[in-house]
Amino acid sequence: MARLTEENVRLAREIIGRYPKARSATIPLLHLAQEQDGYVTNDAMAHIGELVGATSAEVYGTASFYEMFKFEPVGKYLINICGTMSCALMGAEELMHHAESRLGIHMGGTTPDGLFTLEKAECQAACTEAPCLQVNYRYRFRVTSENFDTLIDQLQAGELNSEIPAHGTVAAVRQHIPADRGVGAVAPEDVTEGPAWLDGKAAL
Amino acid sequence: MTSNPGGTWPHAPGFIVGDRPKIVTSRFEYEDSYTLQRYLATDGYAGLRAALGRPATDVHDEVKNATVLGRGGAGFPAGNKWGLTPQGVWPRYLVVNGDESEPGTYKDRLLMERDPHQLIEGCLIACYAAGLSQCFLYIRGEMALAQERVATALNEAYAAGYVGKNILGSKFSVDIVLHWGAGAYVVGEETALIESLEGNRGMPRLKPPYFPAAIGLYGQPTIVNNVETLANLPWLLLNGAVAYTAIGTATSPGTRMVAVSGHVQRPGVYEIINGITTFRDLLYGEEFCQGIRNGNELKAFVPGGGSAPWFTPDQLDLPFEASQVGPAGSMLGSGAIMVMDSTTDIPRAALTLTRFYAHESCGKCTPCREGGTWLERILSRVVDGKGTDADLDQLMEVGESICPGAFPHASNEKLGIAAVPFPYRMNTICFVGPSAYAPVHSALTLFRDEFEARITKRVLIPVTAVS
Amino acid sequence: MTTIDTNTESSEMPEKDPNAVSITINGRTVEAQKGEFIIAAADRADEFIPRFCYHPRMSSVGMCRQCLVEVEGPRGPMMVVSCMTPVAEGQVVRTETPQVKRAQEGMIELLLANHPLDCPVCDKGGECPLQDQAFSHGAGESRFVEEKRHYEKPIAISELVFLDRERCILCDRCTRFADEVAGDPLISFTQRGNNTQVMTFPDEPFASYFSGNVVQICPVGALTAEPYRFKARPWDLEQRESTCTTCSVGCRTVVQSSRDELLRYQGVDSDPVNWGWLCDRGRFNFQSVNSEDRLENPQTKAGDSYATTTWSAALDTISRTIRHATPGSVAILGGARGTNEDAFMWAQLADALGVTMRDAQLDDGLPASIFSYPQATIDAACSAGTVILLAPDMKEELPVLHIRLRDAAEKKKIRIIEISARETGLTKHAWRSVRAESGTSVTAVQQLLADSAIAAQLASGPVVVVAGRANLAEDAAHTMAAVDAVLAGVQNASVLPVLRRGNVRGALSLGLAPQSGKDAVAILEASARGQVECLILLGADPMNDIADADLARRGIAGAKFVVAIDTFLTQSAAHADIVLPAAAYGEKDGTTMNLEGRVTNVVQKITPRGTSRADWMIAAELGLLLGHDANVTTLADVQKLMGKKVPGFGATTTSVAVKRDGIVVTVPTPTRTSFVAPTITPRNSYEFRVDVSRKLYDRAVGTITSPALANLATGVSITIHPLDLERVGAAIGANVRVSNAHSSIVLPVQSNEKVPRGTAVIPFNQPGADVRELIRHGDSVVDVRIESM
Repeated sequence: MARLTEENVRLAREIIGRYPKARSATIPLLHLAQEQDGYVTNDAMAHIGELVGATSAEVYGTASFYEMFKFEPVGKYLINICGTMSCALMGAEELMHHAESRLGIHMGGTTPDGLFTLEKAECQAACTEAPCLQVNYRYRFRVTSENFDTLIDQLQAGELNSEIPAHGTVAAVRQHIPADRGVGAVAPEDVTEGPAWLDGKAAL
Repeated sequence: MTSNPGGTWPHAPGFIVGDRPKIVTSRFEYEDSYTLQRYLATDGYAGLRAALGRPATDVHDEVKNATVLGRGGAGFPAGNKWGLTPQGVWPRYLVVNGDESEPGTYKDRLLMERDPHQLIEGCLIACYAAGLSQCFLYIRGEMALAQERVATALNEAYAAGYVGKNILGSKFSVDIVLHWGAGAYVVGEETALIESLEGNRGMPRLKPPYFPAAIGLYGQPTIVNNVETLANLPWLLLNGAVAYTAIGTATSPGTRMVAVSGHVQRPGVYEIINGITTFRDLLYGEEFCQGIRNGNELKAFVPGGGSAPWFTPDQLDLPFEASQVGPAGSMLGSGAIMVMDSTTDIPRAALTLTRFYAHESCGKCTPCREGGTWLERILSRVVDGKGTDADLDQLMEVGESICPGAFPHASNEKLGIAAVPFPYRMNTICFVGPSAYAPVHSALTLFRDEFEARITKRVLIPVTAVS
Repeated sequence: MTTIDTNTESSEMPEKDPNAVSITINGRTVEAQKGEFIIAAADRADEFIPRFCYHPRMSSVGMCRQCLVEVEGPRGPMMVVSCMTPVAEGQVVRTETPQVKRAQEGMIELLLANHPLDCPVCDKGGECPLQDQAFSHGAGESRFVEEKRHYEKPIAISELVFLDRERCILCDRCTRFADEVAGDPLISFTQRGNNTQVMTFPDEPFASYFSGNVVQICPVGALTAEPYRFKARPWDLEQRESTCTTCSVGCRTVVQSSRDELLRYQGVDSDPVNWGWLCDRGRFNFQSVNSEDRLENPQTKAGDSYATTTWSAALDTISRTIRHATPGSVAILGGARGTNEDAFMWAQLADALGVTMRDAQLDDGLPASIFSYPQATIDAACSAGTVILLAPDMKEELPVLHIRLRDAAEKKKIRIIEISARETGLTKHAWRSVRAESGTSVTAVQQLLADSAIAAQLASGPVVVVAGRANLAEDAAHTMAAVDAVLAGVQNASVLPVLRRGNVRGALSLGLAPQSGKDAVAILEASARGQVECLILLGADPMNDIADADLARRGIAGAKFVVAIDTFLTQSAAHADIVLPAAAYGEKDGTTMNLEGRVTNVVQKITPRGTSRADWMIAAELGLLLGHDANVTTLADVQKLMGKKVPGFGATTTSVAVKRDGIVVTVPTPTRTSFVAPTITPRNSYEFRVDVSRKLYDRAVGTITSPALANLATGVSITIHPLDLERVGAAIGANVRVSNAHSSIVLPVQSNEKVPRGTAVIPFNQPGADVRELIRHGDSVVDVRIESM
C-alpha cells in the first residue's frame, strides 16, 4: 500500500497542470500509481483524490469503471487474449485453451511464480491480424499455439525485457510540454473572449 | 491461416499498400513514417502553414466545402459540426477521439502509430479554423505504441515550434494535451469520452441536452472529432477542397480507411475511394482481399463495425455510400468489415459480438445494462444447445425493449424478405445497447434455421387430471 | 415585513406569464413553464408517468428509462424520456399509447430481472415504488429464468445505513443526493455494466449528516436505516404531518407510529424550508421519545434520591412555594424546546405573577433584539445577491439550512461572504471567506466593506446577513456589533437570525424573552447570590448548556427551590426539588416557530409517556392554583387567547399553521439597541484564542437517549495548526494541558492546517473534558495556554 512517491507527485502536478480542471488528471494519475506499484492501491487512490480534489470514493468509482486498473497484484506480464468476433472467427478460443494449459491457469488467474496473468480481452483493434494478444499492452499478431509457446519462453528467459516493461507501465514515453512553449491551461470560467486569431485576418 | 505479405508475427503491419490515391496513408510505406524528419520531408506541416496564411473562417469554409465526412461512425460532415457551437461562448475545446474500440475497426491506431504528425497537424488546423483554444488527444488506454508515438511526436513538435505558443511565429497558439484512457469501449461514444476526460466514469450523457458542440467538456462548447477525420485536413488544406472532392462521389468525397478481417484471403486495412468502391470490390478485388479463404463461399459479412446489422452476398454490390447502405438496412459505421465464410457457426459468431456489447455496457441505463446481459445469457444457452424455442422469441422480445419497433435488417432474396432501413429507434441513452441486439437480430432474421437446429424442442407432456 | 401566506392562491389572474407554455398531455391541455420537464408538468396535471431515477429536487439523469413517453415530432411520434425533455409550446405528449405501454412494461421487466423478489421480508414492501409500479405499469410476469446477480447482503455503509446491492436498481438517486445535495460524495457507482454497484471507499463509511435521506429516496429496499429495520410494515404505520423541532430550521416531517410507539420520521417537501430533506439527528432522534429513561411521574426530592408523587401534590408544593416567595424572586429559564402554546401560557403565568426573570435562551444565542432588525426568510437568503455569514457552522448546527445555502451557492444564485474564525462546511462554497480571529469580526467587516470589489458585489443586489452565535467562548456582543457594522454600511440589508434551539424564536417572541436585561446569566448570578427563591427550569439544562460551567453550578446551587419540567432527568433536573414529567415531541399538538418566524404545526401521534403533560397545561394548572385562571381547557382555547393577546400573531395564524408551509409572522420584539464590540485584554502568555462551538452530535439529551445516535459524538479534543502543534511539542492524539486564569483541563490534541495559527478549536458539550471550565461569562474572548504533558 503506497501513496505516490515524491517524484511521482512532481509528475502528477505536471500532468494536473495541463488541464483546466484538476479532476481531468484522474485517469492519468491512476496509471501513474499503477506504474509505481504494479496495481492501484487504496492509499494511492486516496492520495490521488487529495491531488485532484475528489473523495476516495469518487476516485474508486472512476478507477473501477476501467478495465486496465487492477486493485490487487497481477503477474509481471498481463496477457490479454482477444476473443471478439474477428479473433473468434480465426481461432481465438483454441488459442485461449492452449494458453490455459500451457500456463496451468484459467482465464483471470495468475501463475504461482507471479510472472503471468491471463485474461480474456475484448477487441484490441488488430482484427486483420487475428487472433491477436497483448502482453502488457504490446501486441502479438496471428498467434498460433507454437508462437505463443515461444513468447512465453522468451518472457520467462527475460529476452523481451527491453521491449516489454513490467505490468503498470503502458507508454514508455511521456509527453512533456516545455514551460516556454506551452500556452498553459486556463479554467473555463476565466475565459470570456474568443481566441486572438479569430480576428478575420490570416495568422501568418 | 492465410498469410499477409509483411504480416509476419510479431509485427504485422496490417496496412496494405496499393497504388490508389492516398490522402491519409501516403507515408505508410516509409519505415520512419512517424518521425518529424520524415514528415517534414514529405510536405509535413505545409497544410498548417497554408491554413495560417488565410483567415480562420476561410479555412473553415474550405473544410465545409470539402464535405469531410466524420469517420467515427455517424458520418456527419466535420465542417458543419464545427459550425454548431453557440455564438460567443468561450472557451471552446477540441477533443480528439482516439479511443478506437469498435469490433473489427482499426485505422485510427495505424494513423497514430504510423503518422502521428499528420494527426497533430490536423488538430492544429481544426483548432485554428474553429477557434478552439485547447486540444485534448484521447488515445485508447491499451494502445501503448500509439501513445508513445504521439507523445514523441508532440514533444518533437513542441520543440520545433509547431505546437504551443505562437505556432510558426504566428498569433495562433494552442496546446495539444495527450490524454489516455484505461479500457472501456463505451468511452468511444463522444459524451462518454468527455465524462472520462473530466475524470469520471465514462458514462454517456443524454443528447439532448448534452450535445458536445453546445455543452461539452467542462460544460463548454466542444468539438469531438475522430482521428481519421482530422488526419484528412493537412492534405485538404494543401491541395484544396476541389482536389479533395474530385476523389470519390459528391456525397462521399475523398477516401476512407477500411479494415477487412475474418475469412478473406488477404485481410488488411485499405485506403479506398469513398462512395464508389463496392463491397464486392473489397472482398474479391485483386488489389484488396482477393476473395474468401480457401475458396469458400461467403455466408455473411458485417459491413460497418460490430454494431452494424449484417449483410449477405445479396448486398455485395453496394458501394461505400451511406445513402445506399442505410436504406439497405445497415450502416458504414467505422469502416470495418468482418467476413464470415460458409464454415461459420452463425449463432456462435453473433454471441461473440453480443457478449462484447453486454460486457462493455456502462451500466447507466436499464435496457442496455439488463437487456444486453440477458440477450447474452439466452444466446449462450442456445449456442450451448440448451435453448428452447421460446428462447428465440424471447431474444426478439428483449430486443424490442431495447429498440422499439422494426429493427433494421438487410433484404434477402432466398428468404423473400425486404430490407428494413437504418437507423433503429432506441430506448437507451447511447448505441451500446442496440449494438448488443444488432448481431442477434441479424443472425436470427437471416439464419433462423441455424438457431432452430440447436434448440431443444419443447416436449409437451400431456397432463391427466388425477381424480 | 409583510406577512406571507404561501398557501393562499391569488384570486386575480396576473398578466400572461412570458415563460408560460401550453402543451397537450393525453389530449388535455396543460399549462407549463419554459424549461420545465414533461414529467413535472404531467405531475401537476395528475397524469402519472412511472419513474425511478427522477427526483424533482435533484438534477435529471434519464437513466432508468421508465418515464419514456411519446412526443409528436416532425417525423411522427418519438419516444423520449420525460424527465429530461423540456416542454415546448404546442408539444403533444402521449403517455398511454400501446408503444409507450410496451416500453414501460419492458423496462419494468428488465429492472425486475435482477431484483430479488423478497418483498415479503423487505422493509420497503408496501411502500416500494418498484413494487407499486410493477403492479401499475408492469406486464404481470417475468420471463427471466436465469440466476440473478448475487452480492453479500446487506452491508453497513455507515453506522446508520445498510446497503443491499442485490435489491439496488442503480437509479443514481442516493449517489446523486450524496454529491449534489449533501456535498458528501462518499458513495459512488463502482465497477461497470451489469456489475455496477453502489459502494463506499474501503474503510471510509458514508458518514454524512444527511445519510437518512438516501434511505427515504431509495425507490427499492436497497438502502435501509438501522433504527427502522424490521420494525414495522408500512401498512401498519399511521402518520401525521408535523414539523421537526430538533433545531430551528423547522423541517416538515411525517411522524409515523404503530401501536402507540414512534417508529420513523420522514421528510416532507416544504418549498420554502426543507425541500423534503432532514438531517440524521432530526430523523433518528424519535428513539429518544421511546426511551426507557423517560420521566413518567412527578418526583419530589427525598434526600439524595427522588420519590414518585402525584401531580396534585407536586403542583400544590410548587404553588405554595411561589405564593410564599419574596416578590420578584421567581425565575423561569427555558421554553425553547416546547410549542408556541407552551411558551405563551408560561409567559402568561409569568406576567400574572409579575415574574421578570425569564429567558428562553441560555446565553448561547444572540440577544432577542436580533429580531428587531429587518428580517429575511430562508428563501430570501437563498436568492439574495450576497449572503454574509456571521454565524456558526451551519452544517453542524442547522444542517438543512446548510443544504439550502449550499445549493443556492452551487447554482450561482447567491455569493457567500463568510467571516469566521475557522473553516466551516460552507467555506468551500463561499465566494470570499475571511478568517477573523474571535473578537475581531467587527474589524473584519469594516475591512471587507472598504474593499471595492466587495462593495461592488454588495451593491449588486439584496444582501442578507445570516447571524448567529459562532463561538461560545466569545461575547455575543461581538457578533451583534458586526451585524450592526454591516447594516450601517450596506443599504437595505436584512438579517436571518440563526438561533439554533428548536422553538427559541417562538419562545422569545411569545413572552419568554428577558425583561430589563435580566437574561439567563443575570438570573443565575442572582440565584447564586441567593436572590432566587423558585427557579423553574422549563426544559432547560443550564448545567449542560450554559457556557460558563461555574456560573451554572453556582446558580443552581444558590436557588432556594428548583422546579424542573423535562422529559428526562437531566443534569440540571437532578438538582431540582420537584421534577415534573413533560410530554415530548410527538406527544402533544401545537405550533412552533422556526428561525424565520414561520409558524407551522406539530402534532401528537402517540399517548404522552406515563402521566406526563404538555407544558402549557402545567402552566394553566399552576395559574389556577395561584389564582390566575386563564380559563383555558383545550389547545384551541390557548390558541384563541394567543390570537387575541399577541399582536401580529393574528387570529388565523394557528389555522394556517397546519398547512405544510405555514405562515411567517412578525410579532413585536425588544427594541433594537446598538452594540459595541467589547474590548479585548492582551493575551500575555495565553497565546491561543479559543473557538468553541457545537457539532451535530453531542451530549444533547435527545441525542444520547437515541441509541442510533448516542455513539456518534466525536469526543472532545483541541485542534490547532500543525506548526503550532510543533511548537507545543505534542504528538497528534496526545493529551495536553489547556489552561487560563479560570481553570485548567486536559484533553487530546489534533492538528489541522485549516485552523489559523494562534486559534484553538474545541467542540462544545462532547464526551470528555469540559471546555466550559475555561469560560466565564462576561469574558470578551477566551485565551489559553497549551502545554504538552
